[in-house]
Amino acid sequence: MQRIGVFVCWCGSNIAATVDVERVAEAVKSEPGVVFSTQYQYMCSENGQQLIRQAIKEHNLTGVVVCSCSPRMHEATFRKTAESAGINPYMVEIANIREQVSWIHKDIEEGTEKAIILARTAIAKVNLNAPLTAGETKVTKRALVIGGGIAGIQSALDIAEAGYEVDIVETKPTIGGRMAQLDKTFPTLDCAACILTPKMVDVAQNEKITLYTYSEIEDVKGFVGNFSVKIRKKARYINEDACTGCGVCMNACPSKKGLNEFNQGLNNRPAIYIPFAQAIPNIAVIDPQQCLKIKNGKCGLCAMKCPSNAIDYTQTDEIVEREYGAIVVATGYKTIDLDKFGEYAYNESKDVVTSLELERLMNAAGPTKGTLLRPSDGEHPHDITFIQCVGSRDTSGCGKPYCSKICCMYTAKHAMLIREKYPDVKVHIFYIDVRTPGKNYDEFYRRAAEQYGVDYIKGMVGKVYPQPNGKLLVQGSDLINNEQVLIESDMVVLATAIEPEPSVRRIATLLTTSIDTNNFLTEAHAKLRPVESPTAGIFLSGVCQGPKDIPETVSQASACAAKVIGLLAKNTLKGNACVAGPDESMCNGCSVCANVCPYGAITYVDKEFRLGGGKTETRRVSQVNQAICQGCGACTVACPSGAMDLKGFANKQIMAEVEAICKR
Amino acid sequence: MQVSDIKKKASEMLLSGEVKRVIGWKKGEFDYDLTPATFESVEELEDFVYDGFCGANLSKYLIKESKKEGKTLVFMKPCDTYSFNQLLKEHRIVRDNVYVVAIDCEGKLDIDKIKSKGIKGILSVKEDGDEVIIDTIYGESKVVKGEVMLEKCLTCKSKEHVAYDESMAQGVENVSLDRFSEVAKLEAMTADERYEFWRGELSKCIRCNACRNVCPACSCVKCVFDNDASGVSAKSNANEFEESMFHIIRAFHVAGRCTDCGECSRVCPQHIPLHLINRKFIKDINTLYGEYQAGADVDSRGPLTNYTTDDLDPSDIFGGNK
Repeated sequence: MQRIGVFVCWCGSNIAATVDVERVAEAVKSEPGVVFSTQYQYMCSENGQQLIRQAIKEHNLTGVVVCSCSPRMHEATFRKTAESAGINPYMVEIANIREQVSWIHKDIEEGTEKAIILARTAIAKVNLNAPLTAGETKVTKRALVIGGGIAGIQSALDIAEAGYEVDIVETKPTIGGRMAQLDKTFPTLDCAACILTPKMVDVAQNEKITLYTYSEIEDVKGFVGNFSVKIRKKARYINEDACTGCGVCMNACPSKKGLNEFNQGLNNRPAIYIPFAQAIPNIAVIDPQQCLKIKNGKCGLCAMKCPSNAIDYTQTDEIVEREYGAIVVATGYKTIDLDKFGEYAYNESKDVVTSLELERLMNAAGPTKGTLLRPSDGEHPHDITFIQCVGSRDTSGCGKPYCSKICCMYTAKHAMLIREKYPDVKVHIFYIDVRTPGKNYDEFYRRAAEQYGVDYIKGMVGKVYPQPNGKLLVQGSDLINNEQVLIESDMVVLATAIEPEPSVRRIATLLTTSIDTNNFLTEAHAKLRPVESPTAGIFLSGVCQGPKDIPETVSQASACAAKVIGLLAKNTLKGNACVAGPDESMCNGCSVCANVCPYGAITYVDKEFRLGGGKTETRRVSQVNQAICQGCGACTVACPSGAMDLKGFANKQIMAEVEAICKR
Repeated sequence: MQVSDIKKKASEMLLSGEVKRVIGWKKGEFDYDLTPATFESVEELEDFVYDGFCGANLSKYLIKESKKEGKTLVFMKPCDTYSFNQLLKEHRIVRDNVYVVAIDCEGKLDIDKIKSKGIKGILSVKEDGDEVIIDTIYGESKVVKGEVMLEKCLTCKSKEHVAYDESMAQGVENVSLDRFSEVAKLEAMTADERYEFWRGELSKCIRCNACRNVCPACSCVKCVFDNDASGVSAKSNANEFEESMFHIIRAFHVAGRCTDCGECSRVCPQHIPLHLINRKFIKDINTLYGEYQAGADVDSRGPLTNYTTDDLDPSDIFGGNK
C-alpha cells in the first residue's frame, strides 16, 4: 500500500478564486492510500517545495499528488522536489486543477467538485505507480535544416558558427529562397541580393555546412538526438563535380520554352538552366519534363557543347541516409492561388500581377531588366493601382483568415520605389488598415504617403474591369469620402496573401509534429517556447511557423539555432523512463506492434515457454529496445491481446483513472 | 472435381508419408451436422466428407496443427485461403509445415434456413444445380438453393484461391450479392433506430463464445476475455456489459484483420448478424484508406497498422469537428 501525500496549490487566486482548496484537501483525506493532505498558496515556491519535502520525511510518503497547474509547467519541478527528499520522481502525479478547472469554470461549487474528482484520479494512479529509472541516449552532433531560404541559411550559419555540422536540404536547385526573388527590402530599401548573396556564399564556403540542393526529405525515423533521415537527391543530369557553371549549355539548348520559376513564370528559360546568376551551387540542372534528349532521345546539344563534359542524361535519383541530433524546419511560403478571386481579373489580364511578380518586374535580373513595363504590351505605365489584403484577413472562405503581415510594408516600398524612379506614374493603394508595427516601419509608410505623394484610399476594391483600350478600370469604395471611385489603371498589383509551402504538410507528418488549420507549424508554447515544436528535437524557423518579414525571420532563425546548439552541446540526453514492454506469456508475435512503432524499437525473438506437464513450446515474441522506445504508447493500443503495456501509463493505471473519474 | 478425388489425394499423401495428418470435415450425427476434423490414417478418412454443409473455415486449426511434427494437409475453399494468408501474415502458422490443396466451392447451405421452410425429419440433402433436394421421413422436398445458402456464401467475395500449394479446383462462376447493402441499411437508420436494432440483436447473446472461438482473427495466445488482469474478462452474463461491450470490443480487436469469412454469424446459436459489425468496419476502412481485403496477400500492411503521408483524417471524409 502506498503512503500518499496530497498538496493542493492555490496558485495565488488563479486556482483559489474558483476552487475551494481547503475542501479539496479535506475531501481527499479519506481516499485509499492518502495519509496526509494540505494546501498552500504557491506550491512551486521554495517554501511550497519545502513543505512537500518535509511531509515526505515526516509521514514516510511513498507517493505525491500535487493539485496545481498543467504538468507541462511544473511536473519537472515537483519531480525534482520529491527526488531531493528521497523518493522516485515517477511517484509524483499532477492533478491539473488550473487549466482544466479554475481557468475554465466560473462556479466555485462546480470547480471544487471537479478539482476533487481530478485529485482522486491522480491518487488512483499513484496507488499503482512504481519507481522508474530513465536510461540515457547519445546525441548525434549534427543538425538538419529543411529549407535553404533566408531562415534556413541563418539557422545553418549560426549552428555552424558554434562548431556543429549542418546539412541544408533544399528542394530548388539553388538556395536563396523567396528573399533572392525580392528586388529591394524595407525599411531601408537596400537590394535584397546585395545582403542575401554574401550569406549564400558564406554557406557555400563554410566547411561545417553540407548543401543538398534539388533534394527532398524522403523519410524520417528516430527521435530527439538520434534522427535518421533519408534524403532524395533528385537527378540533376549533371555531374556536380565537373560543372563549372559557365552557362554555355543554356545557350546551346534548343528547348527554351520552360517557365522561369525564379521570375514567377513571367519569362522563359531553357531546359538546362542555372536559376539565377548568383545561384549556390552554381551548377546547371536539366528539367526532365522539358529536355528533348531525356524525353525522346533526340538532341544532346548541351552535352556536345559542354566544355567540361559534365552532362549525364542517365543520372538517376540518389538516396542519402544521414543521422542528426536536431532538425530545423524552414520551409517558407508561397503566395496563394488567385483562382477564387475572379473579381481582380488576375487570370484575364497580364497587367494584373501579384506583388511577388512586381518584384521580378522591377528587378535588374528580371524579365524586363529592371525597367517597369506593362506586361501586356511592354509600354511604360502611367497609373498603377495596388490592392491590399487580397486573400488576407478574409473570412469568406476564399482566402486566409490571418493577416499576412508583410504586405502593408512591401506595398509602401513598391509605391515609393515607383514614385522615386518614375515620378510621372500615379500610384493608388486601396487598403483596409495600414499595419506598420516595427522599428522605423511607420516612419517608412508615412514617407510613402506624405513625401512620395502616394494616393492611399481606405476601402476595398469591388471589381477590376479590363477595358477594350487595354486599360484596367478599378472600381472600389473610398470609405473616408464615402463614395465609389473608378480608377483607370495601366497595371493592378495584388498584395496576395502568403501561405506555408504546401509540402510542409508532408514534412510535418514525417516529423510527427503538429500543424494548425492554416498549415502553419505549431510552436511548443506561443509565448515561452516559440521556436521549438511540440516534438522534441524539431525546431521552427521562419514563415513555416507564421507570417514574418525578413528582420523577424532572421531573429527567429538565430533563436532557433541557439536552441539547436543547446541540444547539440549535450553529450547524452536523459532518456524516457516510461517505456513499453510485452508480457511475453500473452504475446502472439503477430508483428502489429512493430508495424505501428514509429521509432523502430520493436524486434522479435523465438523463445521457449513451459506449457506445464514437462512440455515446452517455442513462440515468436516481441522485444522492446528501451533505449529507442519513446513511450508513445502506439503499440499498447494496437496489441490485440493486450500483451504490450507502457510503464508509467499502464492500462491498469489508465483504467483506474477512468474509474476514479466515473465513480461518484 | 469429385469428392472421391479429394479423398484419394488425402489417402495418397498420408500413405506416402508426405503428410502426417489431414484437416477436413467429418460426418456428424446427421447428414447436415458436419464438423472440422483431423485424420491421421487412411482408415480414419472413411468419415471424410465434402458437401454442401462444409461451410466451416479450416484455417484456424492450422495454428495448432502446424506446430506439430510433420506436415499437415489441408483442403481449403477460396474464402478459407484469405484467413490462411492473414494468419501467415501474423506469424501464427508455420507455413513450411502445411500443404494446402485448393478445392472448389459452389456456396454452402444453411440448415437453419432449410428448417425454417417448415421442412422436418430430414434424412439427407442433395444438390442438383440450382435446386436442393431434401429427403425427409415425410417424403422429398425441393427448394431453390439461393434461398437456403449461408449468408457468407450469398455475398461470396471470391471463387479464386489466394494461396495454395496444389489446386484441384476447376473454377466456379461467382454470382454474389453486394455485401455492403445490409450495412448501408444500418447506416441509413437514425442513431436511435440503430441503437434499438443492436440492443435487440445483442441482447440475445448468451455469451457462449462460439463467435470468438471460431474466428480466425481471434486467436490470441491469451484472450483479453479470459485474462483476469485485463479488466474485461467475464464468463457469465452478469450485467449488460456482456451484451453492450463484448461484441464491440471483439470487432475492434479484429478490425483491419477480419477477412469477412462470416464464421461468427454462421456459428451463432442465437442468429445474431455479427458479421454486420465487422462489415461496417471493413466498409469504413475501404472508404478511408482505399479498397482493402484482409488476407488477399501475406506482405501488405493492414491499413490500420500502416501509415502513409497520404492518410486522411476521418473527418475529411465523414465530416465533424477537426
